[in-house]
Formats: sequence, C-alpha cells, structure tokens
Amino acid sequence: MLHFSRFKTALILGITFLGILFALPNVLPPSMLQALPSWLASSHVTLGLDLQGGSHILLEVDGAALRKERAEQVRDEVRRVLREQRIGYTGLVVRDTTVQFRLRDPNEAEKAVTELRKLAAPVTNALLGTGNGEMDLTVTNGGDGSVSVALTQAGLNARIRSAVDQSIEIIRRRIDQLGTVEPNIQRQGADRILVQVPGLQDPQRLKALLGQTAKLAFRMVDQSMSPQQALEGRAPPDSEVLQSNDGVPYLVEKQVRVSGEDLTDAQPGFDQQTSQPLVTFRFNSNGARRFAATTQDAVGRPFAIVLDNQVISAPVIREPILGGSGQISGSFTVQQANDLAILLRAGALPAPLKVMEERTVGPSLGQDSIEAGKTAAYVAAAMVTVFMLAIYGLFGFFALIALAVHVTLMFALQSVLGATLTLPGIAGVVLTIGMAVDSNVVIFERIRDEAREGRSAISAIDKGFVQALGTIMDANITSLATGIILFLLGGSGPVRGFAVTYILGLLTTVFTAYTLTRLMIAWWVRWQRPSKLPI
Amino acid sequence: MPLINYIPANLNLRFMKLRHVTFPLSAAVMIAAVACFFAFGFNLGIDFRGGTLIEAQSSQAQADISSLREHLGDLDLGDVQIQEFGSPRDVLIRIGQTGADEAAQQAIIAKVSTALGSEYGIRRVEAVGPSVSAELVRQSILALLLGAVAVLIYLWFRFEWQFAIGAIATTAHDVFVTLAMYSILGIDFDLTSIAAILTIMGYSLNDTVVVYDRIREMLRRYKKMPLPTLLDVAVNATFSRTIITSLTTLFAAMALYFFGGEVLRGFSLAMMVGVLIGTYSSIFIAAPMLIHLGLRATTVEPDVEETGPVPEVPTAEAAIAGPAAPSHAAPSQVAPSQVAPSQAEPAPAPAPQRRPGGKGRSRPRPARS
Repeated sequence: MLHFSRFKTALILGITFLGILFALPNVLPPSMLQALPSWLASSHVTLGLDLQGGSHILLEVDGAALRKERAEQVRDEVRRVLREQRIGYTGLVVRDTTVQFRLRDPNEAEKAVTELRKLAAPVTNALLGTGNGEMDLTVTNGGDGSVSVALTQAGLNARIRSAVDQSIEIIRRRIDQLGTVEPNIQRQGADRILVQVPGLQDPQRLKALLGQTAKLAFRMVDQSMSPQQALEGRAPPDSEVLQSNDGVPYLVEKQVRVSGEDLTDAQPGFDQQTSQPLVTFRFNSNGARRFAATTQDAVGRPFAIVLDNQVISAPVIREPILGGSGQISGSFTVQQANDLAILLRAGALPAPLKVMEERTVGPSLGQDSIEAGKTAAYVAAAMVTVFMLAIYGLFGFFALIALAVHVTLMFALQSVLGATLTLPGIAGVVLTIGMAVDSNVVIFERIRDEAREGRSAISAIDKGFVQALGTIMDANITSLATGIILFLLGGSGPVRGFAVTYILGLLTTVFTAYTLTRLMIAWWVRWQRPSKLPI
Repeated sequence: MPLINYIPANLNLRFMKLRHVTFPLSAAVMIAAVACFFAFGFNLGIDFRGGTLIEAQSSQAQADISSLREHLGDLDLGDVQIQEFGSPRDVLIRIGQTGADEAAQQAIIAKVSTALGSEYGIRRVEAVGPSVSAELVRQSILALLLGAVAVLIYLWFRFEWQFAIGAIATTAHDVFVTLAMYSILGIDFDLTSIAAILTIMGYSLNDTVVVYDRIREMLRRYKKMPLPTLLDVAVNATFSRTIITSLTTLFAAMALYFFGGEVLRGFSLAMMVGVLIGTYSSIFIAAPMLIHLGLRATTVEPDVEETGPVPEVPTAEAAIAGPAAPSHAAPSQVAPSQVAPSQAEPAPAPAPQRRPGGKGRSRPRPARS
C-alpha cells in the first residue's frame, strides 16, 4: 500500500493542484481576478439567495380562475353558434366546468350537438407535440332537449400548461425591466413557477409586479343609469359596476373596445400642464384603427381605462383620437407610472398568479451570515488543528494537510459544478472540518493496533491502511445514502445547498484522508525509514 | 510526544456488563422522549405549519419590543409573536397561518412592512402558504423514512441482518433523543431541523458502522470467543477513535453554535446533542444489542473475496491458511516476515465463489483495493 507508481503520484498531486487552482478565484481580490483567463476567473462559488440577499418566490397559476374564464369563453362561443344556426335555446348557464342550456325545440338536439362539436379542438401534448385524440370539449345530448358542453380535464391541463409557459415569458420580461442581475425563472411541477431574483433592494415591488395580471381594456362608460342605481337595482345585462382604486363606482359596458394586447409600447412620462406622472402608450395598427373608430362614434362620452377589473381613469372623449397613441393619467406616483408602463409593455398574464411561498433575505443579513460562517469555520479549524497536533503529532500534521486540501477541493468542486453555497451549506462545510479527520483517525488507530500486535513500524502502517479502507468506505457510503436523500428532499432551497456540500465533503474526504495521507506517509517512510511509530 | 501515547493502549473496559444499566436507561429515555412529544409537542416552524416570519433590525441601539407589539397588535393579524433575535437590535416577528388563503398572507406582509416604517429595516421575510407547508411535511416524513430504508438496505447487503437491525435501532434511538431536545426546548422545528436529523442519522451510522466493522472482523478471527467478551474487545479497540472523532465533530458543532449566527443556532445545538448521544449509543447500545439479536460467530460468513482461490471454505482456519488470506490471524501466527508474500497478487482467482444453494450467505463483497 505504500508503493505509488509515478503515474499515481502524478495523478494525486495533479488533482490536488487542480483543486487549489479552481478554488483560488474564490479568495483572490477582484483586481487579480481580471488578470486571470476567463475560464478560471469564472470558477467561483455561487452564493445562495440567503447569502447574497434576494427573493425566492414560488407562484402558482390560479387554476380556478383559468377554468372559470375558459368556461365563460365557451359559453359565449356556444351562444354565437346557436344564434348563427338559428337554434332557439333557454337557460344558457355555466356550472363549474360545464356549459348547459335547454333547446326550445327538442327535435333540434342532433343539429345543435353536431354544430357544437365543431367547437372542440384536439388537445396537443406539449411533451410529444402530438395529440392522443383527446378533445378539449365534450358535447352531450342529455335527452328531452337539454344539452351540455363540458371542458375536459385534458383540455384544462393543456391550458394550464400553456398558461405557465406564457407566464414564464411575461414574468421574465417584467423582471428584466427592473434591471436586476440574472433572475432564475423556472417551471415547477404542473402549475407552478419558481422565481429567484438575487440582490433586490425592494422585494415588495417585485411582488407587486408579479402579482398583477395587468389585463388592460378600453371600455365605454354606460350612462343609461347612474352607478348607484345599478348597484341598488339591476344593471343592464351588458354592463357591470367596477370601482376605481379609490373606491368610486363606475357603470362600464362589458364589451372591450380595445384591449392591452394591441399595445406596442408604453412609457412613463409627465403631464405637460400639471407635471403629474402618467403613462403614454401606442397601439399597433389594428388597435389604432379600432381606437379611432370608437372615439369617432363617442365624442363627448366618457370611456373607462380598466386594469384588472379596476377603473384607472374615465376621461371624456373630446375629439376623435386617430393617431394611435394616447395617455393614461390617474393619480400616479412616479414609481406607479413606471411600473404600469413596465406591466403594459410586458403584456398581461394569461391567469392570476398566487404567491405560494416567499423567502426574501436582505443583503445586509446575507453579509452578516457569511461573516458568521467564516468565523465559525476559522474557530472550528483552529480547534481541530490544535487537537490533532496534540493527539497525533506528526501524523496529526499530515491529517491537517489532508483536511486543508479537502476543504479546498470542496470549494473547487462547488465552483466548477456551479453549485450554490447556502447558509446551511456553510454549516455543512464547518461540520466536515470536524468530521473529515475521522477517516484519518480510523487509519491511525488501525496502525497503532497493528503495531501493538507486533508488526514493525512500516508493516503496521501498510497494514493499517489496508484494514482501514473497508471501514472508511462502509462509514462513508452509509452517510452518503442520507446525504443523497437530503439532496432529493432539498428541492431548490437552502437545504439542498447543505446536501451538496455534505455529499461533496464525503467524496473528497475519501480522496484526501485516504489517498493523499497515504502518499504523504509513504514519502515520510521512504525519507525517514522509521523503526518506531511516532504514534 | 503526541498525547495519543498516553491513552492506555489496552483499555479493558467492560462495556457489555453495563448494558444491564444502559438498556433500561435508554428504554426509559425513549419512553420519556415519546412522552415529551405528546406533552410538549413540537414548535413547528413556518415550513411545516405555514405562516409568515419577518426579521427586522431597528435603527436604534435597542429595539422597543413592547411598543412594536402594541403597534402590530392594532393591525389585527391574529397570532403574532415578537422576540429578540440574536442581538437587542434584531427582532423576529412570527405571524401564524390565517385561513387557507395565500393572498391574505401577502397582505399581511405588506401591512407589517408599512407598520414597521422607517425605524426598522426588514432583513428577512419568509412566508409559506398552507398547501406548500403540507407538501413540505409530506416530503420530510418521506425523506426520513427513505433515509432509514436506504441505509437499512445498504447495511443488510454489507453486513448480516443483526447488524442492520442494530444500527437502525441505534440510529432511531439517537433521532428520538434529538427530537426530544427539540420538543423540550421548543426550538423551531423546520426544514433545517430535518437536515440536522438526517445529518445526525448519518453521523450515528458512521460511528456505529466503524464499531460493527471491527466486531465482524473479530468474529471471523476468533470463532470460539464468547460474544460479550468479543464485543468488549472490539469496542475497546475502537474506543479511542470513537472519542477522538466525536471530539473533533463536537468542536465544529460548538464553533457553529457560538459563532455561526442566530439562524444556525438550532441546527448546531441539535448537532451537538446528536454527536454526544451518537457516541454514547454506538458504544453502549449498538454493540451490546448484538448479543440480544442472536448474533453468533457462525452467522458471520467468511470473507469470500479475500479468501480468493480457496474453493469451499468450511472453516475459518482454512481461510486463514489460504495463500492470499488477509494474514490477520492471531498475532502468534503472523510474523512480520510473513507479511510480504501475502501482499503479492493472489493467484488468478476464479470468479468469486458462490456456494450452490448457500443463498445469501456467500454474497461477493466489493473488492478492497
């Protein structure tokens, strides 16, 4: 066991050297980093959000809202088809995910079902790119003139899937506007989106940006009765009462004249007369045409600018707006105007998003955590150093070199793998400082045993290493099993960071405590030819 | 002169005798632990219970917690706890789960951050909604069970079943004691605690496996030795290693506890307790338990791989006499001069021997380099 071929020696030293090389950029000052080639300078441990500060937000697409919206959409389509086909019906209602109605003439059931089946579209599987023959709607003839159109689960799932995809795109556009560094936005499970944004000063603003659907609509104000009358009595069927953000009710037509989808640009600005912050916008050609037509017909009447079912403002049209651009003035602050412009530019979310989980750490706390972790690591290292030197003398010194290489390799591996160092991860590093010497202790105690049984120093060392290997492997593999479970449990959070350092620590410890120590002791044996063990 | 030389080499402590004391003691502790779980329950953190946690730092030298309590009490947020966190400037505000609505939770955060105003800087916000916390509970229980099963399977594969059962029971013992600590002290039990428990599981197993490895090895060598004596010899032989490793790990855990910051305090306390209890149990529970699990020298198979070319190996004597035997018989049989030949490559060995019908007892072992 004490003989190393040249090749093996070179390999061991090579790994050690590479470890030091790739761990080095973590401790070099930025000025020296610039002098390094980029492949090396980028070898840097990524700090988790809990250390560098930032927000971790888990969002869920509101499936219920999506279902409701889709069901209402289907109801409108059913109404259109029945009217076009001149089929008489009564009681067209939405019940959960089913649209139901009753035919005036039950004999028309066949015709109605055939026509309505044309509304159904095959569900495409996003993963395979092909459908498996399932439709997004099923039409059933209930007999005695009742017909129901039901949304299928497959169809709804496909909608949620595509809503998640669209939402990710829109969230990315919104966050990019904040000008922060590298947000991480990814899908989680069927209907969730994980957003991780490092180094954010104002997490509330981020959540405000994510929490709004930002559906913009230009609708006419219904002046046939006052909003109070509508609230007390019955509003006209094609209108509804909406409130402004300061609680003023408006009676607004349900029909959307121009929607936010037709916007091409939105910018924050100021009113030239009042210097109030406002948002200017520009329509695409389709939007411009429709906006012009609407305003031409309705000079002198007020229209409402509605964002997420809230009236932002309801100005009176003074003259037809033909240029395809306009402005929204509410009582905005500068930041509100800014954020509204961002939301309008990025587009509306297909469905509302709910914040399921939030973990935000401010940058100062992260820095404090790093400092505390460093102190703990130094103290642990100092205590272990003194202890090992006192107990094992020279061999303790070998073990400490192995320990130093072990910690270096852990950082090098983390840097190269791009793993994230979290606060629990730092705890993992500190703990392995204590645990990593275990393999060395097992070996040294084994060597002492062998010596006690009457072997010469060299033979005891040799035998000790042989006998200890099995034990070390057994002990580390059992720990590895729990480490892997931790990794699988950890999701994307800090616990996974702990698992990563723990697992890497177990792997490198076998190399440093066993192989590297063996090489050092082999050199020492060759140099000293000891007749007596120092331990 | 290294201190290790002052530790008596031939410790001859009678650990197995003590089992008549330690077993009832540990049994009593287990019962007390379970009683604690019911009596005190666990102070579940927001990971598992849902809710909101806000850490804030006052711009003053000392945070005025009572005025803060009054202030937040006016907001009618339900169950609000405020405590000092680490330093007099820092406060931790905990708000219990209110209903099943995630939107309400975000509204609470907004309200509290407005109420904290400019006097406080918010350092950390954690909010876990009810559906996520339910998932985390499920995942954590699954992780602990999976961890136990994975280790059990590995130990079973590597050792005899008695060792696997003994190791798992010992680990369970350590986990229970650690859980009891969480319960009694009312430390927040959250995802980090699960990490601590799994790490303690790993550490406890590590400790136990080192002792078991030695026991198995001795069972192969000394077929005639009565088991309690043999266990005593094995535990004594690994005693100094057990103590030294426990101490270095304890140093690391202590460094974390005292210097690692407030967030890691619960974790490092659990580690300290876990290391102490893991050390105790690997000596006083893991080894003596084997006596009661019916382990005998004959239940331990000879090491097939190491005996190499020797075909049917009926007795241990034959195994030791084999050309590539581990040359690890009683000292009198091995003179240092005999070591060299045993290091030579064994004659090309046939594939690892499998006794026909000897199902499960002659599993080939991973090669030892």
